[in-house]
This record gives sequence, C-alpha cells and structure tokens, in this order.
Amino acid sequence: MARQAPKIAVENLAKAFGPKTVLDGVNFNVKAGESLVIIGGSGTGKSVTLKCILGLIRPDSGSIRIDGHEVTRLSTSERERVNRKFGMLFQGAALFDSLKVWENVAFGLIQGRGMKRAKARDIAMTKLAQVGLNAQIGELSPAELSGGMQKRVGLARAIAADPEIIFFDEPTTGLDPIMADVINDLIVATVKRMGATAVSITHDMASARKIADRIAMIHKGKIIWEGAAKDIDSSGNAMVEQFIHGSAHGPIQMDVLRA
Amino acid sequence: MNNPLALVGRAFLGFLAQTGRAAQFAGRAIWHSFTPPFFLRLHLAQIMRIGYYSLPVVGLTAFFTGGALALQIFIGGDRVGAEAIVPRIVVLGITRELGPVIASLMVAGRVAAAIAAEIGTMRVTEQIDALSTLSTNPFKYLIAPRLVAAILTMPLLVLVADIIGIFGGYLVAVTELDFNGAVYLQNTYDFLRTNDVVSGLVKAAVFGFIIALMGCYHGFHSRGGAQGVGTATTNAVVTASILILAANFVMTTLFFR
Repeated sequence: MARQAPKIAVENLAKAFGPKTVLDGVNFNVKAGESLVIIGGSGTGKSVTLKCILGLIRPDSGSIRIDGHEVTRLSTSERERVNRKFGMLFQGAALFDSLKVWENVAFGLIQGRGMKRAKARDIAMTKLAQVGLNAQIGELSPAELSGGMQKRVGLARAIAADPEIIFFDEPTTGLDPIMADVINDLIVATVKRMGATAVSITHDMASARKIADRIAMIHKGKIIWEGAAKDIDSSGNAMVEQFIHGSAHGPIQMDVLRA
Repeated sequence: MNNPLALVGRAFLGFLAQTGRAAQFAGRAIWHSFTPPFFLRLHLAQIMRIGYYSLPVVGLTAFFTGGALALQIFIGGDRVGAEAIVPRIVVLGITRELGPVIASLMVAGRVAAAIAAEIGTMRVTEQIDALSTLSTNPFKYLIAPRLVAAILTMPLLVLVADIIGIFGGYLVAVTELDFNGAVYLQNTYDFLRTNDVVSGLVKAAVFGFIIALMGCYHGFHSRGGAQGVGTATTNAVVTASILILAANFVMTTLFFR
C-alpha cells in the first residue's frame, strides 16, 4: 500500500458557466477505501465538482484521474465503462418514477450490465434489506414513499452493482434529524462493509463528522482547508470555524441586503 | 448597448447557436437510434403512446377537415362539373397536404408536449444524470425509442387520416350537397394517385422525426424546475409546429415542381 496511486486525484479543476467562475483550481486526492467529505456553503461548487468527476459536466481545464487514468477527455463508451466503478446517491434521490422501487434498485444491473431480471430482482431485494426496507416496499412506486425512504432506495440503487467509488450528494438534506442519522449510519455501514471509496458533499456538520475520515472545505471554487475529520475543531482556519459554528459573522460574507 | 443593430445581431447569433446545438443533438439522436443496444420494450411502449393513442385525435381532425374542404370547394367552385371537381380536389388536398400537415400538427400538440414535459421533469429531478451513473446512455434509453416510434407511426397515422379525411368529404358531399355516392367514389378512385399518397407518407415520417426531436431536445435542455419544464413544453410544440410547416413547404416544392 506504500506508493499506490490515489483512487481519485483531482488537479487544478476549473469550470465556468458563462462569466461565472464556479471551480477555480480545485485540488484533492482520495485514497482507496477512504471517506472524504467536502463541506461548503450553497453555490460554492460542491455539486459541480462531483458532476465533473462523474463526467456529467465537462470541466474547462484541469485533470481528474481515477486509479491513475485520466478521465476528463473520454469518449461516451469509455465513459460508460469508467462509470461502472461509480455509484451515486442524488440529493433528491432521483428515482425513476415510471418504475417500481425494486426495478429502480436493479436498473444498473439490468440495463447497464444485461443481467437477467429474476437474478437482478434477488440482488435488489437483498440491497433493499440492507437499507432496512422489506420486499413489499420493493413492489411500490417511488411516489408512494416518504423522503427518508426514497433516500434509502437511492442508497440501495447506488450500491446495487457493488461500486468501488460511491458519491453522496447532500445525503441528509431535507430529512428530520433522526432519519438523517439513520442515513448516516447506513452510509458508514455500507461503505465500510463494501470497502468502497466514498466522496460526499454536504453542509450538514453532524453528517460530515459521522461519515468522514477526512474533510475538505470548498469556498469560491477552491479547497481552502483539508484535514482529518477529528482535526476539524482545531483547524485554525477562520472560515472553517465560521462554517462549523454556523455563524453569519466572520470572513465569509453572504450577499444579503442589509437594512 | 441599445443599438438596434446590436440587438438584431445578438438575436441572430443566438438563433444560429441554438440551431447548431439542435443539429448536433439531432446527429447524436440519430446515431444512437440505429446503433445497439436497443431497448425493444421501450420502443413498443412508445409506439403505443405516440401512435395508437393519437388515433382518436388524428381521426377526428381529419374527418372534419375533409368535410369542410368538400363544402368550400363546392361553394367556391363552379356548380357545373362540381361532381368531378369536389372529389378530385378533396383526394388531392387530403393526401398531398392536409392529411400529413393537420395530423402532424395535432400529434405535435399531443406528443411533443408530453415528451418535453416527461424528459424535462427527468432532467430537473436529476433522473437523466442518474441514468448516466447507472451505465445507461440517456440517448439510447430515452430518446431513441421516442424518435424511432414517431418516425414509424406517423406515416401509419397519416394513412388513417387520409382515409377518414376522404370519407369526411364523401359524407358531406352525399348528405349535404346531394352528390351521387357511387359517382363520387368513382371520381375519387380515378384521381387517386400512388405518388400523392406516398409523398404524403414520406412527409409524415419527416414530421414524426421533427415532433420527437423537438420534444426530446427541449426536454433534455430544460433548466430550473417547474417553470423551466413549462417553457420547454411550450417551445417544443411551437418549434415542432413551425418546422413541420416549413419542412412541408420545402418538400412540396421538391416533390411537385
């Protein structure tokens, strides 16, 4: 394990939408089996970073290497092959509302990998059980589920194909504190059990402390602090301090009209 | 900044950029429609949704259009020889122009809107991103089935529209204008040309392509929640309708001059 290439290496990643610079040279590495949480306020470029790694957004410049291989300039079919290493839990769960719950979970197995439906269904039910949902729920449509259950189905779908890397986009946003903690526990349990590499983005500090091995803070398109999760309270960085204490006063100023 | 020339220029450049994006999108859509893997169950589902469920709308509009056409030709034309003129112009007008155009405009309102709303909602709820992360190409899974279904079913719908439209004209002529039914049908048959029908069906396939493409294109690029999906739906119907009429003019010029 001495000189292994990092699972994910992001270098000088930059992206602008029209005149608005969103990513301004983002750098970070994630080792295999590690859980990195990226924290930061709304609109600081967290989601765009994840979507660049997934190939959903093409960065303007910079490099992203997965297992040492550059992935920023891949063709569609090569990209599909790389994406088999990934699982993603979307912020709004992004379940396919035309399909049943179990079909959602089995989707990547059936459509993406050509597995037989019966076999994929068994795996889907197992994954649903791992996130605490029974077989009856598997037969429902996503619209019949609560937000917390949808998140759990989204998690089951993300891990269905046993990905090497899992992304979590605001996994606890919009959930009550107890359900948020249930999701955090599930994330920790599944990631550890699978030995997967995890990258999460969140602005929920309770969640970040629970699921992170390392934490990086992004602000105005740059990583401004990075360190072990246990060091977050002694970061010595005024912006990190302000963020974790949730204060409106400090070096980060929101563009709010003041009376 | 308020130089009128600059405003016109900016609008024109925007139009060109949009056209370029749509053309690029069309290229990708066609490529993915004819390369494997194919999702045959989805193709069949879309053939039902786009083709079969459009039958009532297309049939009704064709019926009334054929009837109105017969009435107008009778009123506007010379009473002498009307027995020959009315069926002739009805069969020509329906098969060459009105069948394909009216059926396609109705399907554009029904199907382009539905496609744009569905794909647009999938876009803003990140379901399209989710497809990509599950190793499924959205062009193959969402767009190809709709494109292929529309291209296949539009000619069939227009064939039905042709028949019902001509029947509408016949019914008006016989019941309202006191035409002899047998003579009317004989005249219709004599003036029915294979080329007229075939040209209408070729038009229909092109219109089907336009309808599905515009629905998918605007849905795929919708932004920003409910309002964005609404805008996409409107734009899909408007652009599909305009392109249908423009393409119809171009094809009529090519086929009949």
